Amino acid sequence: MGPVLVEALRGVSLEIQSGEYISIMGPSGCGKSTMLNLLGCLDRPTTGHYLLGGEDVSRMTDDDLSTVRGTRLGFIFQSYNLIPQLSVVENIEVPLYYQDRPEEEAREIAIRLATLVGLEKRLWHKPFELSGGQQQRVAIARALVNDPLVILADEPTGNLDSTSGAEILKVFDDLHRQGKTVILITHDDDVAQRSSRTIRLRDGQVESDVRVSKSSA
Amino acid sequence: MSVPSRISANTSKEMLVLYRFFRGLKAARLKRIIRLGMKSLWLHRLRSLLTALGIVFGVCSVIAMLAIGEGASHEAQEQIKNLGSQNIILRSVKPSEERKVSENNRASYILQYGLTYADIKRIKSTIPGVSIVVPARIMREYAWNISRQTDCEIMGTVPWYPEMRNQRVAQGRFFTDREMDEKANVCVISSEMMQKLFPLQQALGSTVRVASEYYRVIGVMEPKSKGPKAEESTDSSKGAAAERMFIPLETAKTRYGEVLRKRRRGSFEAERVQLHEVTVKVASPDEVVNVSLAIKDLMERNHNKKDYDMVVPLELLKRAERTKQIFNIVLGSIAAISLLVGGIGIMNIMLASVTERTREIGIRRALGAKRRDIVTQFLVETIMLSGCGGILGVLLGITIPFLVSYFAGMVTIVTFWSPLIAFSISGLVGVIFGLYPAIRAANMDPVEALRHE
Repeated sequence: MGPVLVEALRGVSLEIQSGEYISIMGPSGCGKSTMLNLLGCLDRPTTGHYLLGGEDVSRMTDDDLSTVRGTRLGFIFQSYNLIPQLSVVENIEVPLYYQDRPEEEAREIAIRLATLVGLEKRLWHKPFELSGGQQQRVAIARALVNDPLVILADEPTGNLDSTSGAEILKVFDDLHRQGKTVILITHDDDVAQRSSRTIRLRDGQVESDVRVSKSSA
Repeated sequence: MSVPSRISANTSKEMLVLYRFFRGLKAARLKRIIRLGMKSLWLHRLRSLLTALGIVFGVCSVIAMLAIGEGASHEAQEQIKNLGSQNIILRSVKPSEERKVSENNRASYILQYGLTYADIKRIKSTIPGVSIVVPARIMREYAWNISRQTDCEIMGTVPWYPEMRNQRVAQGRFFTDREMDEKANVCVISSEMMQKLFPLQQALGSTVRVASEYYRVIGVMEPKSKGPKAEESTDSSKGAAAERMFIPLETAKTRYGEVLRKRRRGSFEAERVQLHEVTVKVASPDEVVNVSLAIKDLMERNHNKKDYDMVVPLELLKRAERTKQIFNIVLGSIAAISLLVGGIGIMNIMLASVTERTREIGIRRALGAKRRDIVTQFLVETIMLSGCGGILGVLLGITIPFLVSYFAGMVTIVTFWSPLIAFSISGLVGVIFGLYPAIRAANMDPVEALRHE
């Protein structure tokens, strides 16, 4: 953080149940990213508390936060953020690698997940050999590999054309149906409409928090 | 969990990272880190190679230079040891101002200088601790075998000369006391002389003619270990002295008398020299320095001109060792500098690599990598770079001395510890210069790193 302290979020109080599908919306600069960073344990709040699965993670050490990220959270980024020198399977394995899972086991899980997102024919390709949609699917598989409590997605369809975007969103729907907690940031109302709860932020505060009674897809 | 966090409050962040790094190292994980490092280095093959080259040349030059230096000093020390470390060697030297006088007064003047039999007697009787004294007369003459001829150095000496000067008889034997008393016409020749005079026939039992005298060959000396530089510094005679012939001192006295005549460009020159060389053996090595001082004192009192020269091999040896020490220090600092330069090169590249891979670091942190995982990753990469450089350098450094020996004919010695030291230093360089970039990578804020383009 820069030398000037900016209050990106102020007085936000949220409770998220497991199994919820939440979209966070708002104009740029409203604190969406800060929100996601806090939820993703990449950042610690200056004041206040964040309880994840009943545990206060807001005062944890850096190492413990790393462990929390590696075991309970799955990240999906707008720009995919795959490691360029690693193949599809190796990219998916990364979170397991930092949890010291045996190599064979990790490989097995990674291949299973790659198959799940429809990349069974691209297992040993490097990221630059894949299309944007395929790369994002690798990222989703990577986010799922440690069986996380919460999946955090930062504009996952922002860099994709509408067809690929729709495919990715379908994957999110599936995850939600399987009981995963999904939190995604988006600008797109269509994307937000698929979620079960939409939180709108403005100037670091919650503007609205709407639960949608979802018609089954 | 609470203990390390309390430590972090007190000690610096770097120390903590280092401590955790060593604590958290596991064999299985290390294997994966190494594989990962190889992948990352392979991604920039040329860059990795160029970076490692700095270390390669550093390590290789250290080993090669040490090997050449070791070889050279070893040779010099061998030569000095051949003279005998308990010996003190006195030699007759023609005084320089005297030569001028002799040129002015041409024919009639007989130049008299050098060591005398009286000197030997004085040394023997007045200086304690002197056990054996070996006198020698040296003449230069042509030696003949029928029609073969060679210029040689004839040395009249005593039967115990070889053991005093660490020289060995290869064939036959050296002459005995009895042959000395009998003034027998026997000789022992050097192997170089045997090759010149008797290339096709058995030297032992043959005869060598010098002027009008015939000498029976009873032995051939072992060839000396060669070293042109050392030879020059220890032999008073300026010419090459490879062709040598030993005859009993008593024989030499009767055949040659004490006056040597030389004809040169029409002028006539005569020298009277009783002994050309005296080797004094001191009973114990500790007394060599004291005895040499006493002899110097004694000689100065009895010779008003400086017509002799004293060589103390032990002092030469000590001097050679000191020289070698200085040489090693100089080499060591050159080595340190070259490895430092290599290390800085590595650090430079690793810092660039860390900046370039900021995003990767951010991704890894987001996916659960701890600070120490990042430190390990970059440190292992650096160590691999410098380690591979070290291995290549050692291989090259061992090869180069062989090539130098083969093509330049120089003696080189690769001591077993020099590759060891060079290699471990290169590893150390990797750790030291890799630590800063690695810690810098680990201390990045994951949020910032992820935002990096």
